[in-house]
Amino acid sequence: MAAGILPETAAVGWRPRIDERALRTRGRLWTLSTSAHTLPFVATAGVLVGIEPLLAPVAALALAHAWAIPELYANRGANVVNPRRPRPGEMQPAPAASGAAAAAAIRAESTALGLLGDLVGHAARDLHARTGLVPERGALGVWLVGEAGALLVRPGGRRVHCWCVRADDPSLPAGDRIAHLLLALREDEHGFATVANLAFSGARWRVRRRVAPRMRPALDEAARMTRAR
Amino acid sequence: MARLIRMDRTGHTTLAEWTAADEASVEAAAAAFREQLDAGYYAVVTEGEGHARQVTELPAEGELVILRRPIAGG
Repeated sequence: MAAGILPETAAVGWRPRIDERALRTRGRLWTLSTSAHTLPFVATAGVLVGIEPLLAPVAALALAHAWAIPELYANRGANVVNPRRPRPGEMQPAPAASGAAAAAAIRAESTALGLLGDLVGHAARDLHARTGLVPERGALGVWLVGEAGALLVRPGGRRVHCWCVRADDPSLPAGDRIAHLLLALREDEHGFATVANLAFSGARWRVRRRVAPRMRPALDEAARMTRAR
Repeated sequence: MARLIRMDRTGHTTLAEWTAADEASVEAAAAAFREQLDAGYYAVVTEGEGHARQVTELPAEGELVILRRPIAGG
């Protein structure tokens, strides 16, 4: 294993390593794919109304389809960071546990947050406390790292890549899950993007509408950070 | 005092502490370190803001070595 290469990339050896160029290409392919899914509905709506204005309700349905398809994709992307139900064996959030288990969960989370706080600066700690996401500047853009995924806000702040990636241990408290991803990202940003699964790439405003409301300021802040580079 | 910590279900566990001047403590930490690597953990040292490095030998002069589990696409 070469120095600075994330060891997990060996498990996905068939994937080309993600770099700036590969990322741009994947973004364009997402845009192309979304267009291919939506433009036929837009064209259909136009043709229907052109042939017979009374078909306007049917045309409206076609336009609704054209609108809904990218929204569904964006929702899939936003879900990489949105709160979710714990998987089997995964540590329950403290309010969902009871008695001694709740106390242990609170202690573990507090300990994990202490370590995470040591790894990041004051501004990132504050943003995490408010939104649940940790911002991290990288060469590819500004990352927002969550418990089971990360958003990459590209320079300029207009496009977001949503990556599904997690630590391979469901018993970890939330703070540790983020710390795992953060450390891996810091070890090898391109390797991190290679290991992670791309769930969506598209407009920031579309993802922003679909992430949990408390996380939206993190996307705004990341976009601001990309413009301040 | 340098520390070897493992992120786990308790938040994290301190597995060893050592000082470079105390050879016995370094050896004990190195043994704990190897044991965790054999168990599938990766060891990381942070190197300033935004940078971290994977290590396969215990850095005797390091301050904090963090053991993490592998990550995978979800």
